[in-house]
Amino acid sequence: MAFVDWESEFFQRDRSIHPPALTPEYKTSVLRSPRQPLLSLQNSLSEVTGPMFGENELGPLDNDLILNYAKGGDAIGERIIVHGQVRDESGRPVPNTLLEFWQANAGGRYRHKNDRYIAPIDPNFGGCGRTISNDDGEYWFRTIKPGPYPFRNYVNSWRPAHIHFSVFGTGFVQRLITQMYFEGDPLLAKDVMFQMIPDRDAASRLVAPIDLNATVPLDTLAYRFDIILRGRRSTLFENKLQGN
Amino acid sequence: MVQALRYLGETPSQTAGPYVHIGLIPHQAGFDIFNKNFSNVLVGADTPGERIRIEGRVFDGIGVPLKDVLLEIWQANAAGRYNHPADRQDKPLDKAFRGWGRTGSDFETGLYAFETVKPGSVIGRRGHRPMAPHVNLWIVARGINIGLATRMYFSDEEAANTADPVLNIIEPEIRRRTLIAKREMRGQSAVYTFDIYLQCDRETVFFDV
Repeated sequence: MAFVDWESEFFQRDRSIHPPALTPEYKTSVLRSPRQPLLSLQNSLSEVTGPMFGENELGPLDNDLILNYAKGGDAIGERIIVHGQVRDESGRPVPNTLLEFWQANAGGRYRHKNDRYIAPIDPNFGGCGRTISNDDGEYWFRTIKPGPYPFRNYVNSWRPAHIHFSVFGTGFVQRLITQMYFEGDPLLAKDVMFQMIPDRDAASRLVAPIDLNATVPLDTLAYRFDIILRGRRSTLFENKLQGN
Repeated sequence: MVQALRYLGETPSQTAGPYVHIGLIPHQAGFDIFNKNFSNVLVGADTPGERIRIEGRVFDGIGVPLKDVLLEIWQANAAGRYNHPADRQDKPLDKAFRGWGRTGSDFETGLYAFETVKPGSVIGRRGHRPMAPHVNLWIVARGINIGLATRMYFSDEEAANTADPVLNIIEPEIRRRTLIAKREMRGQSAVYTFDIYLQCDRETVFFDV
């Protein structure tokens, strides 16, 4: 079981590795980005605490997107396993944390009342799942590889294949939503979302390599996607939040 | 030459996009898939504390409410204690009250709402001055590249708000008001309205936490 330091403050977030709020090339951000500087706030209990979730809240098929919405057949598409480890910036595993994921189907269509793309809905595919990392911070789920799809930014804007991830961590300030991309996708070089990450090394952390060691031979391919959440200050000197 | 610092970089944020509901609140996307769903109702029949409703809208830079925004709240219980191992305050802990909820704004009106209890005051940073009762919010949507963090305080806690260590670091006093939700009674129910402005002259204070 990985050691969890519940009480120490978090490292200051390195904003230079995240896309800025205002990115005019992603047009929707223009009216939805704060203009005032964020107010820097040192951690209190409100920041180092956060919600926790238990296995008993999940169903047995919640991490199997091939089966969790099947209505008599399997979801159509490339069968893949996505797995990885959640760690913090110090390399410590983040155990027992909730991960949620959602995606388009193999044709690039979302099961969502607002998605009008021409590609068909797959009657056997819902497109969402969730799991809780194990004692070593590892997680895995099974799904089909999502397809690329167009979106309204420029007339001819296409999203590379991706899976959306939501992760909690142990404090609410570790909360993160991101997207996992696939090794070798030619649309990555054209993608506004991916290209607006200012630090290219950081951007590469969103591209999952194929992992032949984790496949099920003759059955399912695998990709590895490790997730890094914010780290915490070590306790070399007293820096706990609660007074003595 | 120097040794390398071997910290791993945080995974970069990406927008939650317009279809965030599929993954986090699938019912709003239009289908049922999980046996247990997370919701905007934080309370059960036995939760101690004053029942309150928090509602409002999130406005963009030209005053249009976002109809595809997702909000999460995180709060202490009515006694002022978080349901988390780091909170070792000597106060009652209600294991059944997680203190967390999520919701999407209405696709037609942009209105969001939470059903919860009013949180108590929590000890401040390193045991200093107590913080006024507040709710922590986290906001994601299409067009928001990294989640926005803010706090909601309560209009009927004027004395506590005046002494609050976080409100007091907001230099322009006028901006502190952007974090204070207005209380009203709707029949027997206490309702706090908390509208959030993403930009312009009424821009809500967002924190780099």
